[in-house]
Amino acid sequence: MAKITLSNLAHSYLPNPQKDADYALKKLNHVWEDGAAYALLGPSGCGKSTLLNIISGLLTPSEGQIFFNEQDVTHADTADRNIAQVFQFPVVYDTMTVKQNLAFPLKNRGVDAQYIEARVNEIAQMIGMQDVLNNKAQGLTADAKQKISLGRGMVREDVNAILFDEPLTVIDPHMKWELRTQLKALHQQLEHTMIYVTHDQTEALTFADKVVVMYDGKVVQIGTPKQLFEQPEHTFVGYFIGSPGMNLLPAKIEGSIALINGTAIELGADYNNPTGKVEIGVRPEFCSFSDDGSGLMVKINRVEDVGRHKIVRTQFAGINLNIIAPSSARIPADTCHVKFDLAAINVYVDGWRIEAQQTKHEAAL
Amino acid sequence: MKTVNQKAWFLVLPVLLLVGFSAVIPLMTVVNYSVQDTFGNNVFYWVGLEWFEEILHSERMHNALGRQVIFTTIIMLIEIPLGIFISLHMPQKGVWASVCLVLIALPLLIPWNVVGTIWQIFGRIDIGLLGYSLNALGIDYNYVQNATAAWITIVIMDVWHWTSLVVLLCYAGLQSIPDAYYQAAKIDQASRWNVFRYIELPKMMGVLLIASLLRFMDSFMIYTEPFVLTGGGPGNVTTFLSIDLVKMAIGQFDLGPAAAFSLIYFLTILLISWVFYTIMTNIDKREGI
Repeated sequence: MAKITLSNLAHSYLPNPQKDADYALKKLNHVWEDGAAYALLGPSGCGKSTLLNIISGLLTPSEGQIFFNEQDVTHADTADRNIAQVFQFPVVYDTMTVKQNLAFPLKNRGVDAQYIEARVNEIAQMIGMQDVLNNKAQGLTADAKQKISLGRGMVREDVNAILFDEPLTVIDPHMKWELRTQLKALHQQLEHTMIYVTHDQTEALTFADKVVVMYDGKVVQIGTPKQLFEQPEHTFVGYFIGSPGMNLLPAKIEGSIALINGTAIELGADYNNPTGKVEIGVRPEFCSFSDDGSGLMVKINRVEDVGRHKIVRTQFAGINLNIIAPSSARIPADTCHVKFDLAAINVYVDGWRIEAQQTKHEAAL
Repeated sequence: MKTVNQKAWFLVLPVLLLVGFSAVIPLMTVVNYSVQDTFGNNVFYWVGLEWFEEILHSERMHNALGRQVIFTTIIMLIEIPLGIFISLHMPQKGVWASVCLVLIALPLLIPWNVVGTIWQIFGRIDIGLLGYSLNALGIDYNYVQNATAAWITIVIMDVWHWTSLVVLLCYAGLQSIPDAYYQAAKIDQASRWNVFRYIELPKMMGVLLIASLLRFMDSFMIYTEPFVLTGGGPGNVTTFLSIDLVKMAIGQFDLGPAAAFSLIYFLTILLISWVFYTIMTNIDKREGI
């Protein structure tokens, strides 16, 4: 088990990267704490898998270094890093039995046969495959094969970290939930550092202590699920996390007043006069209908009843604005006024969140 | 109850006719010859299965079959492993992958009698680079007189000509293995041998089956190259089944025995191919359980 430090890490698949856009992974400094469960969340092609492969040593970064504890492993072999990784699509050794598959990583490391037997049985129990241990892996379903892959990833107890690269893509929804819960339980039991790559926010938020959100080769925010929800550091995080995502309204800000297409809104804090592309962001959960005629006057387009609550799709001056209302709420017809929870308003300049009483966002992560 | 429309059979008719004219009717003429005898003037009379009995008991046929089996066994034992070995060491992508593919494919594009001619000249002791050099080095090599030399030359010629086919098929099989398999193997710390044994070989089984079958059939029917190179000699040591058959049918004009020979030859190949295929697919299936 180890603390993993990324120092000025960057990677490009091109031989001579010049522009920022040439990098699949832009300059990154980060410490993965020992024993924590992380989710690496982002849309397809944002560099998640690249980062994962660099950590496991399948890829050598074009710039920067990686440390396991204090040891520089930037150029170390995958085998020397003692890492387990589970891939998106099942990888099983077809001609081996399930048992041989699970035992393979241990056997290659010359582990004592008695220990292997016990450990394989333990893992088989965990993934619910003890009944098929002696079957060939080839004839199994994709589900079962991926469970074997997961099992192979977890079979070694002494690994520095376990990396998961969207491991539940091919698993059906019911099994997905069960396996995720098992992984979480396993993490609490073994305290391995785990990094879980996914583009599914539910998966990320339920699995991880800390979620790392990536966008376009950059890490845009690292935080607990609560932080991501309440204070997205980047408009992308606001938009990507949440269902529906955060409402973003282009605005002109003067002190503590925001002018949205001519309508003044109280922000509850002084933001000075920020310049650039200014937007205010409010999650649909913190929008509500006002009875006194204050706030934005919106036109209601559609109401979706999802059971626990209603999602009201509205428009204000051509900008989409979603509101989550309790399922018992009476939705006004046609037009109505919407107000925002003051504490839940975030202000963004050029995509990045700014604090009140501060004109420029200083630390570009 | 569903109505059954039998009209579709008419659509198959053209194929049946084509196959009838191109395969069934010619084969039937052979069958016809195999059960008759003639003393010329186009007068035939019925002899039943006499020719078949004669061929099945003929020492000449047994010897040719023996040589054929030895030849096929030798070249398959060389070509299949060698093909796998080469395909594993070819570049996977980039310019060199294309260059290698073209170079490897070249022998397959050469007409068979040209292949024979190339080696015939190459091995000649008076003007051939190989033959002359070997003799200059003091090695007694003469494929015209020495049986061993003739066999070695024919085997090397076939390996040179046909290993490419095995290489190309294996290469295609290897290319279809997703990267994740190799990555997982690295994570699992599998040795190079284990990667071959548990990833590459199982994934190549399908193409290897095809390659083996093709190499078996082609080598079992080989005619042109050894005919051009040695003409079946010295003596009869490189007279394989096809060469023997042609000698009998065209050289001696023994149509009856040659027809019986043809049919036995054909059925032998069919039988061995079928057994071969069944065994291989069964292995595949058993592993699937």
